[in-house]
Amino acid sequence: MKKLIQDFELVKHEELNCEHFILDIKAYEALPEILPGQFVNVRVDNNSSVFLRRPLSIHNVDYERNVIQLFVKRIGEGTKSLGELKIGDKLSVVYPLGNSYSIPKNSKTLLIGGGCGVAPLLYLAKHLHEAGNEVTIILGVRSSYDAVGLEVYKPYGRILVTTEDGSQGEKGYPTHHSVLKNESFDYSFTCGPEPMMKAVAAYSESKGIPCEVSLENTMACGFGACLCCVTDTKKGNKCVCTEGPVFNIKDLKW
Amino acid sequence: MVNLEVKLKDLVLKNPVMTASGTFGFGEEFADFIDLSDLGGIIVKGTTRHHREGNPYPRMAETPSGMLNAVGLQNKGVENFCQDIYPRIKDYQTNVMVNVSGSMVQDYVETAAMINDLEHIPGIELNISCPNVKEGGMAFGTSCASAEEVVREVRKVYKKHLMVKLSPNVTDITAIAKAVEGQGADSVSLINTLLGMAIDAETRRPLLSTVTGGLSGPCVKPVALRMVWQVAQAVNIPVVGLGGIMNAKDAIEFILAGATAIQIGTANFIDPQVSVKVVEGIKNYMIRHQVSDINDLIGAINLK
Repeated sequence: MKKLIQDFELVKHEELNCEHFILDIKAYEALPEILPGQFVNVRVDNNSSVFLRRPLSIHNVDYERNVIQLFVKRIGEGTKSLGELKIGDKLSVVYPLGNSYSIPKNSKTLLIGGGCGVAPLLYLAKHLHEAGNEVTIILGVRSSYDAVGLEVYKPYGRILVTTEDGSQGEKGYPTHHSVLKNESFDYSFTCGPEPMMKAVAAYSESKGIPCEVSLENTMACGFGACLCCVTDTKKGNKCVCTEGPVFNIKDLKW
Repeated sequence: MVNLEVKLKDLVLKNPVMTASGTFGFGEEFADFIDLSDLGGIIVKGTTRHHREGNPYPRMAETPSGMLNAVGLQNKGVENFCQDIYPRIKDYQTNVMVNVSGSMVQDYVETAAMINDLEHIPGIELNISCPNVKEGGMAFGTSCASAEEVVREVRKVYKKHLMVKLSPNVTDITAIAKAVEGQGADSVSLINTLLGMAIDAETRRPLLSTVTGGLSGPCVKPVALRMVWQVAQAVNIPVVGLGGIMNAKDAIEFILAGATAIQIGTANFIDPQVSVKVVEGIKNYMIRHQVSDINDLIGAINLK
């Protein structure tokens, strides 16, 4: 897939809560095909102390309006500054980057996201749904305060929630959800904190089902030139930006 | 029309803009973004005699106006380069040079000898300045005796353009430059990264797996510019300047300081099109300053 560098314009900024926000960025020309699990690398021009681009998962894509949606958590200087962008501001975007989740057909699929790791799961759920899969999404958050924006998943499948404090859905981590005991699945997909993804990987291995995880890593370029964002796999160091971010757990040393 | 062509001894560059090793992959990574034939040259990823896995993660930390890296020369070795990569990149219409690194003199010699046989590779950049390899690399570039030895031995087997990449992590970079010139280097490129480190105060842990790493980006530019200026006065071979060049203005500064050509490194990560923008920007500068030949700008700093 050809990678592009283009200016986008911020057309919508939705605050979900004080930590999370969604940016709708619009391209001036038709978007290329974007696969679920791919990411963008955006330049943060409104803060001179942010030197490198910031890699962000693609939350959703609207081809009709040429809009990419980014789900962002305020973590450091870069993401905080992105949250200060105003409607009409320009963003330089390098995309579409990385590989993608695989899309099976007519299967029972399980998607587990934790925290801002939910970012790529919406677009994945859309693709899985379109390919005739049954989609179950479990979102794990700390409390009901973080369980925001869930209705957007509903057209594509069943959405379940776990909260650490029990304020919404089932109490505990997403891998403790009762649906994992009561039902079986053919494929699992996950994105979120590494301990959670490792728990999803362990669950999937115990059930003998394929599991794909999306890894996060500090990146400089995002397209395989700097070799900074490696992860140690069974086949040696692999760049998360080009050979990931999605990995099948059978290739990881987990 | 302005003349952008420069010569590094016998090596003709259509313009003075090259890309720095370790920031440009094998060029292929940038083919979606730019036409590689618009560049004076590209220096591809550091290549060693044998496969290297590089350093463990984390390998990168952002700094004010720059970044630290500790990649550690991850590469598949020179045999893989000759067999798999060279056929893919040999027809690029630009000077494709290979950065050669090693941990022993013999490694450098064997690697250089194998690359000498590749018809479409007009030169190598001998990396005696990588700060991220424990068993060597920078060690060769920090003493005159070891720098001389590795250049002398490689010179015996390598017949094309031999550029030597110098480390800034030395007391007197001009002494090293003169030492490698004396052993037959055709040009010197400088600077490689500055040795630095970063700590996460919250976790009290280093941000790089190797604790220390190489600092690059605009934060190093004043140091690089100073060293290029000093070396350009000390040697008679061409100097290739690099270190924090982000735009054409930066590139012109290096040329005025005495660089015959420049390399763009870290900036490639932020703007994969920056190298061709610098070529355009140099042209515009020359038109604006009514300079018809880029060679008239080399070392043209006005000290009066």
